[in-house]
Parts: sequence; C-alpha cells; structure tokens
Amino acid sequence: MATYSESFTQSKPMTPNREIDLRKRPNLKESLIQGFLFFCGLLSIFTTIGIVVVLFGESWRFFGSPEVGLVEFFTTTTWQPQVGAFGIWPLLTATLMVTFFAMIMAIPIGIAVAIYLSEYAQERTRKIIKPTMEVLAGIPTVVYGYFALTWFTPQLRNVFGSDTVQIYNTLSAGLVMGILILPLIATMCEDALYAVPRSLREAAYGLGATKLETAMRIVLPAATSGIAAAIILGVSRAIGETMIVAIAAGAGPKFSLNPFVGAETITGHIVRISGGDLSYESIDYNSLFALALVLFFITLILNLISQRIVRRFREEYE
Amino acid sequence: MRNSAAPSNTNGELFGYNLPARHRSGAIWRMFFFAATIFGIIALSVLLWDVVNDSFGYTAFTYKVDPATLTTDGKPLDEATSEELIAILEKTLRPNRLNTLNDEKPLEQRTQDELYELVLAEIVQPKVVAVWGLADSLLRVGKIPTEASQIASQKNIDPATISIVFVNWLSRGFVASPQSSNALYAGVRTAIMGSLYIIFITILVAFPIGIGASIYLQEYAQDTPINRMIQTNINNLAGVPSIIYGMLGLTIFVRGLSPVTSGAVFGYLGADPNYGRTILSAGLTMALLVLPVIIINGQEAIKAVPNSLREAAFGVGASKWQTVWHHVLPNAIPGILTGTILSMSRAIGETAPLIIIGASTYITYNPDSVFSKFTTLPIQIYQWTSRPQDEFRAIAAAAIIVLLALLLALNAIAIVLRNRFSRRLI
Repeated sequence: MATYSESFTQSKPMTPNREIDLRKRPNLKESLIQGFLFFCGLLSIFTTIGIVVVLFGESWRFFGSPEVGLVEFFTTTTWQPQVGAFGIWPLLTATLMVTFFAMIMAIPIGIAVAIYLSEYAQERTRKIIKPTMEVLAGIPTVVYGYFALTWFTPQLRNVFGSDTVQIYNTLSAGLVMGILILPLIATMCEDALYAVPRSLREAAYGLGATKLETAMRIVLPAATSGIAAAIILGVSRAIGETMIVAIAAGAGPKFSLNPFVGAETITGHIVRISGGDLSYESIDYNSLFALALVLFFITLILNLISQRIVRRFREEYE
Repeated sequence: MRNSAAPSNTNGELFGYNLPARHRSGAIWRMFFFAATIFGIIALSVLLWDVVNDSFGYTAFTYKVDPATLTTDGKPLDEATSEELIAILEKTLRPNRLNTLNDEKPLEQRTQDELYELVLAEIVQPKVVAVWGLADSLLRVGKIPTEASQIASQKNIDPATISIVFVNWLSRGFVASPQSSNALYAGVRTAIMGSLYIIFITILVAFPIGIGASIYLQEYAQDTPINRMIQTNINNLAGVPSIIYGMLGLTIFVRGLSPVTSGAVFGYLGADPNYGRTILSAGLTMALLVLPVIIINGQEAIKAVPNSLREAAFGVGASKWQTVWHHVLPNAIPGILTGTILSMSRAIGETAPLIIIGASTYITYNPDSVFSKFTTLPIQIYQWTSRPQDEFRAIAAAAIIVLLALLLALNAIAIVLRNRFSRRLI
C-alpha cells in the first residue's frame, strides 16, 4: 500500500506547466460531413421553394393572359378551355362531392374500428386487424380505381338501376376512396383513444358505467381533438387523391350535384389533360398550374390545421 | 335523512332497473364496432377477388381464318412444329409480306413460339367477342355458349364462327411480352423494366440524401429557427398531393433541365426524341416525392437508438461523426431500411406524377438507359382500365396481380433484411 502510493506520487505529471486544451479543434473532415448533412436537410426547403415558384410562376402567366380573370376563375361555373371559359366551380364541386362520399364511408367506420381496437379487442384480434389495415393502406391507388370501376359501379347500377347510375360516377369513386382513407383515420383515431389516460376509464367504471358508456361518453370526448385531426388529414388526402377519380369519376367537367353522373375533379382534370400531348405554350397548360396551386393551398392549410390540433392535443396529457 | 329520498336504492332496485337495457345497447354497439372492424378484411378480400376474377375465364373469339383448317391432320395449331408453321405461313401469306417478315428476322431462325404468334397475328387474326370472369366460368359454364351467340348476333357476327376458349390472361407470355395495342399480344415486360429502372434511380438519389437529412435533424441540428423550419417543412411536404410533385418534375426536370435529362449534354441520341420525358426525370421526381417519407422514418429509427450508446462513444473520445457512423447508424439501420423499402413500395405504386412526366408514352422496346422514354406498371393499368373493351379490363387485372406480386416481394425483402441486420447487431 505504502509503496504503491509512493510510486504514484513520485511519477511526474506528463504536462507539468501546461493546461490541457479542451476546446474543440477544427477538423476538416467533420466540418465537411456536417456541411453535407446540413445540405441534405436544406434540400427539402428547396423542394418547397421549387413547388411554390413553379406553381405561382405558371399561374401568373395564366391569370396574366387576356382570356382569364381572377374573379371569373373563382366565380363562374363553366370550365371549357376550348371556348376560353375557366371557372373552377365544376371541378371544385366534383372534388368536394367525392371527398364528402369518401368521408361518409371512412369517418363512421374508421372511428368504430378505432373504438373496437382500443377499447374492446384482444391482442389476437389486433394482430389480425392491424396488418390488414396496413395492406389496405399499401395497395396502389390505381388498383382502387380499377376496383371502383369494375366492381363497385356495377353493384351500384344493380341497386339503383343502370338508367340512373352512369358508368362513370362520383359516388362510386368517393365510396371506394373511403376504403382507401379508412386505415389512415382508423389508426390516427386509435392513437388518440389510446392516449386517453387509464384513470379516466377506471373512474367511469367505478361509477357503474358500462363499457359502451365509458367508451362513448368518457374516452371519445376526451380524444375529440385527435379524432378531429385525423378527419382533417383524411379530407386533405381525399382532395389530393388522383387515380381513383381519374379512372372512376369520369372525364369532362360538369357542374352537377347528382352523385350518379360523371364529373371531373381537379386532380382528375390535371391528369387527363397532361396525359395527352399538350403544348407548353398553350393556355390549357398554364391553367393546370392554377388548378394545382388551388389544390396545394387547400391541402396545405388542412395539413397545418391537423398538425396544430395534434400538437395541442399531445400537450394535454403530458 | 339522505336515505329517505331513495330508500329502494339500498336494495339495488333503482340502480338495477334499467341495467338489462344498458347492457343490451352495449352488446348491439359492440357488434357494430366489430362489424366495422371486419369491414376492412371484407373490402380487401372483395378487391383481391375482383382482380383474380377478371384475370381468368372463358373468352369468345371469332377468327378470320379458323385455325383448325390450317393444320392437316386435325392437330391443334399450337402443337405444330416449326416446319409446319413455316409451311402454313408460306402457303397463305402474300410474297411481299413474307419478304418483309424475312427481312425482320428469317423465318427459319425463329422459335416455335414466335412462329405460332406470327401465324396467329398474320393469318388467324382472332378477335375477342366477349369475356367472362372466373366466377361465371366456374359456376355458369352451361349458359356461356348461349350468351356468346346472343352477344355475337348483337355485334353482327355469325354465331357459328365463334369459338369459346378458357384464357389465362396472366400467362408467361403476358409477363414476357412488350406493350401492344392489341390486348391479346400485350404484355408488361417494358412496364416492369420501366418501374424497376425508376425505382433504382429513386433509391440511388433519395436514400443517401434522406438518411443525411435525418442524421442532421436528429444528431446535429440545434434548436435554431432554420432547423425548426426544415423540420416543419418536411412534415408539410409529406402531405403534399403526389400530383403536385408531378407538376414540379414536369417543369424542373422535363422542361428546365431538359438538356441533362434527355441526355443531350452527354451526347446521347436515342431512337426518337424524348424531350426530357425520360426515366431520369421520373426517378428524380419520385426521389423528391419519397424524400419526406424516408426522412421522417429515418428520424424515428435514429431517435430509437438509446442515448447511452452515444454517451459511451463520446466518453471514450469519439468525435461526433465517429459516434454517428460507428454506433448510432448500425443500430438504426433495421428501422431505416424498413422505412426506405416502405417508401419504395409507395413509389412503385405511384401513378399520377409519372403520367404527367411521361405523358402518353407508347413504347414497345425495353428501356436501355436512363435516357429512355418509359412506361410503368401503374401507368399500363391506368391506360388499359380506361379502355372500354372487356379484354383490356382483363389484362389490366392481370397487370394488377403482377404489380401486387412485385410489392409483396419488395416487402418480403424488407422483412428479411430487417431480421438479418438486427440479428447481426444485437
């Protein structure tokens, strides 16, 4: 023991009169790597700037041309580029109608699935349902379009009569889109229900509430904001969805509220027109960018609202 | 005093008198919730059944020349030898047509399959009159001939000339043939090649950038305004409709960078002008589209790596990058790979942006470089579904099965990769 401490004190410190420099030394390799990584992150900003510049630039040329007026664009109800009529309403009503039908399908079923999974289901059921939802969400939308046209529409025509239901109609496209949106709404709602603290449920049981009463009157209201966020995101997804409506909702803008006739949505119109050979200098081409700009703003605002709600809702229980 | 208001409550009568009703409504709602839950499974099954149903089934043909009259001893045409087929061709076709075919590829050098297809296309010329699904073909097989003759007389075709054959639309020939304007000869080879090429470029571009960005945001970024902006921006980009990326790709890659994406800068001159509507443009657009998804998934994977690993690395004097490269990334790689492959399956199924970039492309040759024009499986499905004829519906359904099989394979690879990496590391 003594020899050990002796030898320890006798050994000289390696740098007797100099302090160890602990400051970060510049290292070229490390800085280069960090610079590259920062650039990767920055690229997403460039993408957004690119989208905004492209959409605004072409829309500017569209609204700058003599045939088109901004007021006319948002107030008239005919979209016929051949005769220079550019009123967005036929496309917008078709978009909203399809979205409405999709939500009629997706909201009640989505919430019911979420309640079942979070309040009732056993682990074994969850293990079957969750992957099914993932598969449903992973099927390409063009397949849903095929399904809507070749299976769903014939069924609708059987039920309502093939005189009333046209081969291309917004109802079929909307309801099938509801199946596509269902997994999104179900999983987001389930997350919201799951986040409700257990103590709330136990308090309700303690007062003698049944399972249903607890789920509907305690858990569901407590998760309202999360469910609202899910619904808004679902609406945004439905508005931007393209292939189902391009295949099943019909071609040709039509200002009609009849769910059984074909009408073209904003996205469907963009795909149909740009799928053909289109001159880059024509006003038709520029009009597509104006439509895309409207689409971009609607979905962006909906997404921002949804994110805001989710953030506020998370703070509530943490 | 308090008890006087509700004496029966102590006996449980007041509490219990509507209990059966409450339980009943509980049971009813529970059934509704359960029905909604299996709705997803039902929808999925019906969808898959619809696709399979349309891919197989009896089809009524009418021939310009009855194939039975071509062979001598009543042998089916598809069993004839190459020599017999050549003899049929030489006997029936006009000399200048024969010369043209010989110039393309001498008849003697063609395989039996090729000759058989040639005989069909040049002499027999089958035309589809009506198509039945698998369910009809199995359950109502007896009624098909009468229906066929009804349809034939509606279309002004002599019912006697019709022959009904069971057709497997998803045949080996379908997967191996190029695109064609005739549903009977059309295949998805060019489309599969196009899809794979585009995915390859997408991975090449999006994977390094996506992982770089998620490392930056998770490991390097301090809470500064610009970093917060990047994060918010990525979340918003993930919600932008895919069709808008198509418009972006059309303007920037197809038109703006046309000299680069058409290959003109590199001295590439294709068979016909591609105007920048190339695989390269499509791959780059898809990369922008999946980038937010890859970044968000990558961030989740990196976030899941325990902090103790980083602290241990810093404790023994590792630099920031050494810590990330040797300790954080290897542990995050299973999650990163899963996220990447999921985003790739999204890219394979994505249709709208590619239609905008590729426009109405009709190509019958395989894409041979990144500067080729392209078609992809979803685009083919869309174009075939849009045709009113039943036979195009049938090949669209067959193409959907090919697409779903491709996605399944991709996801299986994801699972295998994830298992392998996580075993090696832990």
